[in-house]
Amino acid sequence: MTNPIDLAARATPAPVSRRIRGLSDRAIAWIFVAPTIFLLLAINIFPLIWTVRLSFTNYAANKPNAEVKWVGLRNYQRILTDDGIWATMQTTAHFLFWTLLLQVVIGFTLAWLINRKFRGNDLLTTLIVIPMMLSPAVVGNFWTFLYQPQIGLVNYVVELLTGTPASSFSMLGPGGLAPWSIIIVDTWMWTPFVMLICLAGLRSIPDYIYEAAEVDRASKWRQFWTITVPMVLPFLMLAVLFRGIENFKMFDMVALLTGGGPGNETLLTSIDLKREAFEKWRTGYSSAYAIILFVTVFGLASIYVKALNKVKER
Amino acid sequence: MKAGHLAASAALALVAASAASAQSKELTLCWAAWDPANALVELSKDFEAQSGIKMKFEFVPWPNFADRMLNELNSGGQLCDLLIGDSQWIGGSAENGHYVKLNDFFDKEGISMDDFAPATVYAYSTWPKGEPNYYALPAMGDANGWFYRKDWFARPEIQAAFKEKYGRDLAEPKTQKELLEIAQFFQGREIDGQTVYGASIFTERGSEGITMGATGALYAWGFKYENTPGKYDMEGAVNSPAAVEGLEFYKELYKTATPPGYDNAYMEQSLDAFKSGQVAMAMNWFAFFPGLYADPNVGGDKIDFFVNPAQNVAASTLGGQGISVVSYTDNMDGALAYIKWFAQPEVQKKWWSMGGYSCHKAVLEDPGFKDSAPFAGDFLEAMNGVQDFWQEPAYASLLLAMQDRLHNYIVADQGTAQEALDGLIADWTEVFQDEGKL
Repeated sequence: MTNPIDLAARATPAPVSRRIRGLSDRAIAWIFVAPTIFLLLAINIFPLIWTVRLSFTNYAANKPNAEVKWVGLRNYQRILTDDGIWATMQTTAHFLFWTLLLQVVIGFTLAWLINRKFRGNDLLTTLIVIPMMLSPAVVGNFWTFLYQPQIGLVNYVVELLTGTPASSFSMLGPGGLAPWSIIIVDTWMWTPFVMLICLAGLRSIPDYIYEAAEVDRASKWRQFWTITVPMVLPFLMLAVLFRGIENFKMFDMVALLTGGGPGNETLLTSIDLKREAFEKWRTGYSSAYAIILFVTVFGLASIYVKALNKVKER
Repeated sequence: MKAGHLAASAALALVAASAASAQSKELTLCWAAWDPANALVELSKDFEAQSGIKMKFEFVPWPNFADRMLNELNSGGQLCDLLIGDSQWIGGSAENGHYVKLNDFFDKEGISMDDFAPATVYAYSTWPKGEPNYYALPAMGDANGWFYRKDWFARPEIQAAFKEKYGRDLAEPKTQKELLEIAQFFQGREIDGQTVYGASIFTERGSEGITMGATGALYAWGFKYENTPGKYDMEGAVNSPAAVEGLEFYKELYKTATPPGYDNAYMEQSLDAFKSGQVAMAMNWFAFFPGLYADPNVGGDKIDFFVNPAQNVAASTLGGQGISVVSYTDNMDGALAYIKWFAQPEVQKKWWSMGGYSCHKAVLEDPGFKDSAPFAGDFLEAMNGVQDFWQEPAYASLLLAMQDRLHNYIVADQGTAQEALDGLIADWTEVFQDEGKL
């Protein structure tokens, strides 16, 4: 049988073939990699460097004719001493902590249950993953109706179960429920993602390990803590990394559900940054804000990835 | 080969020329997506017939209107040849060169700003404020007003219950406090087997809603932006005792007399609440009144209108827009021709008859104007006392600060009215310092 590479080589016109033959492997590798590197530089690296530069100025993108002044670290100083921004960071941290915790606990539990062999297993798995297939815009609008005090299903169910009048409270309104409402929606939407990753982890554990544990008369509880959890942990940590990064930049769903309100109760950093950059047009200031968020996420993610690698090496 | 090149170049030139020609025969007008915009589409058919220029329209829903259009202007986009932009945008659009200054054009074409109501010229056309530098033609006069269920007010049992409780007849409120009493009276009342509520008001947080709603009360109590116009001396004006009282009033109205879950409501929600028979009264822009009056369920005999009640001052929050020529247009002549056509008294009269609120004196000073619609008299009264938000280039930052402070206090129950207004001065001071005005 003729090798397809040989066929391709034979089909290459002689002048081209001669030219390629004159190039080293390294040069050919560069030819292939160069377009990607160029795109990376143009789309990622250059804007990043430009943003860093802008963060030291008073530049406003809506004032093309205004003089751009170098303001040194003033933007950074204003951001780091702004109580409002720290409150926004706290709101984001609260959202991150609870969504990750709930998604890990519920996602792992669901995966553990689904991993058992039973009839309708595949159908149930498909049904569970439906929420994560929906667009965040659809989810935001859909839950806005569910949370509506007068006609929404959520208030109706609460009234049915507790007797609290449906129209006496608002899940997205004042009273402290709004931060929990967005956590519920995000958990509903993304727990299936965590579940799927955990399921992959659970199914990667060879049966013989459990069989050996059975032979050693290890209890189910012990098997769970000494086999299941350690072997699924790298997968779980990966899911937490993905969800953590995604939720740190959460925008669309929360913008649709609450717009950051009531007051600033659900004002996440991404929504706040968008307002500074594209509503107030404080481009220099918002560049500094973006850099601070970038460094925060990058730093935390780096520490986390190191921990993840250590867990994988064990 | 050369002949081939030449033929290709000629064909390309022909295509380019015909495209440019087609472009010059088209105009895109941008505005918000609402009832008056539909009326303008109809009205503009006359312009198309007269000029041979085809009109295209880009209408954006109100919650995204400012974002979408200001992004368009700031990026020097060529989407819009003509823009009916909010009054507050005029400072930024004039200073940043987005709008064409129209003085020379007006002089050349004999268009006089004296032919338009002075309040509308001041609010929609001039920058700096009050200076005779015109960047727009007043296009759509508007103010925040009120409407109510006249049929409910007229019911004998409701009249009697109200008189028993307040010792006076149930009628259109003459003051803000009367309005509150009426709203509280209806709150939670059973009418035709349905629980109804007092009033739908603006509480929206994302764009401008709660500011436009609350300023209706603030202006009525005597709120001012500055002690001396143009000096940015806000201390004692923005946070005056009267302003604090006005803000406390609006919070009470929200807390005690609005439907449940009414914490992020603007024009659409106000209309929905009224049209679905949930509320006895509602605030909204006059622009919606023709549509409400024509509504088969709640319009006609069932509805009536009133101007924003005074408390210490007779005042209404200004809405409305002027029509401007966008500097980046590639059809300047066509855009100016539209302005010239639109400024004609006959066109303005037709504009009013179709549901648009003309600002032309030929319409407003017509002896029959007051009786031409059930809300026409209220509109005139409102326009005589309108007050507008800052029209500074940094208006978006100023507006967002007020949205935050008001929503935090009124809806999210954080702090006091005094703290909200003191904080607002701090926010606005920072903005004006950044702008180099303080």
